[in-house]
Amino acid sequence: MNNDLLFDFNVDKAAKMVYITREFNAGQALVWDAFTKAELLDQWGAPAPMRAKTKYMDFKVGGRRFYAMISPDGQERWAVQEYTSITPKTNFKMYNAFADKDENRELPGSEWDYNFSEENGITKVSITIFNESFERLEKLLDGFTIGFKMILTNLEELLTALQQKL
Amino acid sequence: MKQDIFQAIADPTRRAILTLLTIQALTPNVMAEKFDMSRQAVSKHIKVLQECELIKPEQSGREIYYHFNEKKMQEFDNWLAQLRQNWETKFNQLDGLLSTLKQQTTK
Repeated sequence: MNNDLLFDFNVDKAAKMVYITREFNAGQALVWDAFTKAELLDQWGAPAPMRAKTKYMDFKVGGRRFYAMISPDGQERWAVQEYTSITPKTNFKMYNAFADKDENRELPGSEWDYNFSEENGITKVSITIFNESFERLEKLLDGFTIGFKMILTNLEELLTALQQKL
Repeated sequence: MKQDIFQAIADPTRRAILTLLTIQALTPNVMAEKFDMSRQAVSKHIKVLQECELIKPEQSGREIYYHFNEKKMQEFDNWLAQLRQNWETKFNQLDGLLSTLKQQTTK
């Protein structure tokens, strides 16, 4: 794991905002793809041993992504992302809400704002999340309560496997 | 109805009340004095804070003292730490994926 890349995680409890900034050792176009294409999102979008599965995705303003987080025991947690603004390669905004398997949304949701910029081959992604309620944020952790050791072990295995493919 | 903790700490007066209570437990009357507020106004804030369990009442003689519930705040902080960990894990996974993709495009 590269420890030189910036990772900032801040929560403004009063304003109900979460601020995340992370640098990636890749070009902006590639990083943009990783965040906006279903087949790529599904490869990293859930912390192992959870997995992400996109049922369908239409990345355009007014379009939606309907996807699930699947826990090791097979439980599915569905969510809908609706894209409200897209400026290719540099910014997109969406409204995220949990849903059932038939796409019935549970409100309130949260507003997400993604910004991408590149300098010297390093792409910085800044994410701002505005949550209307704490209980909703708590739901984000539903099913994620798995020991950290297990997560780290799986990650190491994944990285080893990826490196062996090269 | 359980009060939302974000709503509770979104208000600056309530944040100030909480800060005061971390130093010492207080009665509603003393709180009203310190904030130059009516007893009614203070009671409204107390209700919100109590509903989300950030403060607890304890009877002492004829007075009720409100105590800061450190455990609840700790729960909130623990939960935040876990959220941060989830993001860290996902981004580390993305690092691996990007590395693979870059290799594929330069071949």
